[in-house]
Amino acid sequence: MQQTIETTLLIIGGGPGGYVAAIRAGQLGIPTVLVEGQALGGTCLNVGCIPSKALIHVAEQFHQTSRYTEPSALGISVSSPRLDITRSVAWKDGIVDRLTTGVAALLKKHGVKVIHGWAKVLDGKHVDVDGQRIQCEHLLLATGSNSVELPMLPLGGPIISSTEALAPETLPQHLVVVGGGYIGLELGIAYRKLGAQVSVVEARERILPTYDSELTAPVAEALKKLGIAVHLGHSVEGYENGCLLARDGQGQQLRLEADRVLVAVGRRPRTQGFNLESLELKMNGAAIAIDERCQTSMRNVWAIGDVAGEPMLAHRAMAQGEMVAEIIAGKARRFEPNAIAAVCFTDPEIVVVGKTPEQASQQGLDCIVAQFPFAANGRAMSLESKAGFVRVVARRDNHLILGWQAVGVAVSELSTAFAQSLEMGACLEDIAGTIHAHPTLGEAVQEAALRALGHALHI
Amino acid sequence: MGTHVIKMPDIGEGIAQVELVEWFVKVGDVIAEDQVVADVMTDKATVEIPSPVSGKVLALGGQPGEVMAVGSELIRIEVEGSGNHVDAPQGKPAEAKPVEPVAAPAANTPPARAAVAAPACQAAATATAAPIVPRQAGDKPLASPAVRKRALDAGIELRYVHGSGPAGRILHEDLDAFMSKPQTATGQAPSGYAKRTDSEQVQVIGLRRKIAQRMQDAKRRVAHFSYVEEIDVTALEALRQQLNQKHCDSRGKLTLLPFLVRALVVALRDFPQINATYDDEAQVITRHGAVHVGIATQGDNGLMVPVLRHAEAGSLWGNASEIGRLATAARSNKASREELSGSTITLTSLGALGGIVSTPVVNTPEVAIVGVNRMVERPMVIDGQIVIRKMMNLSSSFDHRVVDGMDAALFIQAVRGLLEQPACLFVE
Repeated sequence: MQQTIETTLLIIGGGPGGYVAAIRAGQLGIPTVLVEGQALGGTCLNVGCIPSKALIHVAEQFHQTSRYTEPSALGISVSSPRLDITRSVAWKDGIVDRLTTGVAALLKKHGVKVIHGWAKVLDGKHVDVDGQRIQCEHLLLATGSNSVELPMLPLGGPIISSTEALAPETLPQHLVVVGGGYIGLELGIAYRKLGAQVSVVEARERILPTYDSELTAPVAEALKKLGIAVHLGHSVEGYENGCLLARDGQGQQLRLEADRVLVAVGRRPRTQGFNLESLELKMNGAAIAIDERCQTSMRNVWAIGDVAGEPMLAHRAMAQGEMVAEIIAGKARRFEPNAIAAVCFTDPEIVVVGKTPEQASQQGLDCIVAQFPFAANGRAMSLESKAGFVRVVARRDNHLILGWQAVGVAVSELSTAFAQSLEMGACLEDIAGTIHAHPTLGEAVQEAALRALGHALHI
Repeated sequence: MGTHVIKMPDIGEGIAQVELVEWFVKVGDVIAEDQVVADVMTDKATVEIPSPVSGKVLALGGQPGEVMAVGSELIRIEVEGSGNHVDAPQGKPAEAKPVEPVAAPAANTPPARAAVAAPACQAAATATAAPIVPRQAGDKPLASPAVRKRALDAGIELRYVHGSGPAGRILHEDLDAFMSKPQTATGQAPSGYAKRTDSEQVQVIGLRRKIAQRMQDAKRRVAHFSYVEEIDVTALEALRQQLNQKHCDSRGKLTLLPFLVRALVVALRDFPQINATYDDEAQVITRHGAVHVGIATQGDNGLMVPVLRHAEAGSLWGNASEIGRLATAARSNKASREELSGSTITLTSLGALGGIVSTPVVNTPEVAIVGVNRMVERPMVIDGQIVIRKMMNLSSSFDHRVVDGMDAALFIQAVRGLLEQPACLFVE
């Protein structure tokens, strides 16, 4: 047994929640140890947000280029492009490497001791990592989440999770995506654009069931245009003889030939495998229950990010991590954002920040809802993407903006403006009175606010 | 949340009274600044009264047609911000300026506080352009992240801070203003509760006056001596519950009172000086053979003492039902004069509200009153063991002029013995 390491803050998990907490703690002079079993950066940097966006970019570039093999209104023509998926993946891995190396450098710069290995919780103050005992005053759980597996589709061989889908050695002929949520659709669209046949099987009656149908309609249309077959209301039964079997509500069986099946049916907080049970923390469903300061039911044991439940978003985890470090440094902090943006990198993209019209009316709020279509936006036309719109939800009585939603090409970048307007407590008049640069997609934001006030200019 | 009161303005011409013509708002309405709340009328003209603040209507000060004194409360509005400050009206039309009460007539009782249903003719008044809506209870205070962080660092709860920005947004300036305000004595943020300055006068008449006189008389004449003893009523309670289980349907339910009455009856045989009345003017003590037990009862209008006559001759259930009947009669003011007088000793019990100790006032001309305190389960030491027993105190008062302390103590100990060994209550 090695000598016990003593520290003030011990963080389990080096994902976006854990490493940000560690950096902030380092800045605040808190002695910090971070334990990571796989790779710094967690799901987000290694097998999530970043690699998926890299792959989506490759797919988009290839798809656009392929389009020009046919006569194009833009006047571009190319001979048939070819894709070397091995190099694509290597390029993606390069980005991931650069970012994870960057995280390691940042941690080092801020004096954080990183221990590689799997942590085993002994009690609220002690953790073992491969026989190394670490004693801490504060324990921060940032263990993230796992992909949910389906019992009738055990992973292995042609059955893959998003992790394998982000590092393909070859492209499948026909990929079946199980799950019509954002992960399944983002990857499904990317694979389709890379040249594979893609089908999506979803148990519920809609794609992207967490968004309203107005928002998802342009995505559904794009799927059709791309030639992605969507089978809604189908429950998966298994995979045999190169076919995925599913059944609809009427008992009708569906057989889809597939040489690869991507299971993307959601994520579950990672609470198993490191003896968390011994702390007997209060749970909130499958997640660790936390209060507004991210404190668990045990004093000085904190939990952030996916392991602490929905919304499972990297930026939420980062904000929580930063906050917990400040609380440990003795500052008064509470996690009380007005809104956390959720972005879906499908084609077109979807952004949702704050309350949707449905949520607002469920809460009994009398609201103005207005939307401005990109079809009336010059920049959108110049990007060949007139689909989609920006929608604003505001209180009728004082015009306080409660939420923004948008669907369209590149609208993910509008999330910044949306979140900022909500955090600043902006009213419709504030946005309507801000000059938005022309020609940009952001003009649709201003026009949506103007329209809510009854005097949109360009519609 | 604070309270803003609009007083009946001085409309000029030296008039002291104004007639309230019509309300345009009702209690609970959210009103905007400058919204007209009421029409009032002098001999010469009808004048609109606008609200200088935005907020929620808490109370209306009168009904249409009522003639109100200048300076009396017209309307009470809940406004955003500190409850201890009534915001000065800003930039109001001169005629709406609240003025000091002009010689409010002394006999003028405060206007009824009850919610007066106003005619629902708000018409165009609500359709104002300026969207200023006060923060409702439970609304999250609106502030930028920088303001929120500053407030957290300073230990300020933003829900107590007035927001002057659009949609009630709390600005850095609002926080500055809040922080520069003198803090309350404890250094805490203001409570958020309004100070109350209202009071109500209630005439002491009828039964209340009678009670007051009797109590004062008793306290002036009687040299009170109180004695408290605790009683282990575990066995008594067991007996009572068993009897109730067995005979409740056929004979009625037994409370503790008939047992206490029985205990008094039996104990008083040995203490005739306690079942007595003392006429201190004639200097005569009358010792009574009959035990007429006064049962102190809370009626709608105050304390009444109906009398259980000849308790010594009543059975357990007979006394129980008679006590029940008397209590009902007294509560509904139907007890006859006969039923309310002639007691020789009084029993007072507040049941679960009995507390641990009370100091009952002797019901003159009697010389003793026995008070029953709350029954609770408590750990007691019996034979060196801690056991849970049902315990109850008796707080009794005696007229020390004619009852010696020793006698009083012996009497209560006798009662205790009877209650703790309930069989003795019935063994002759």
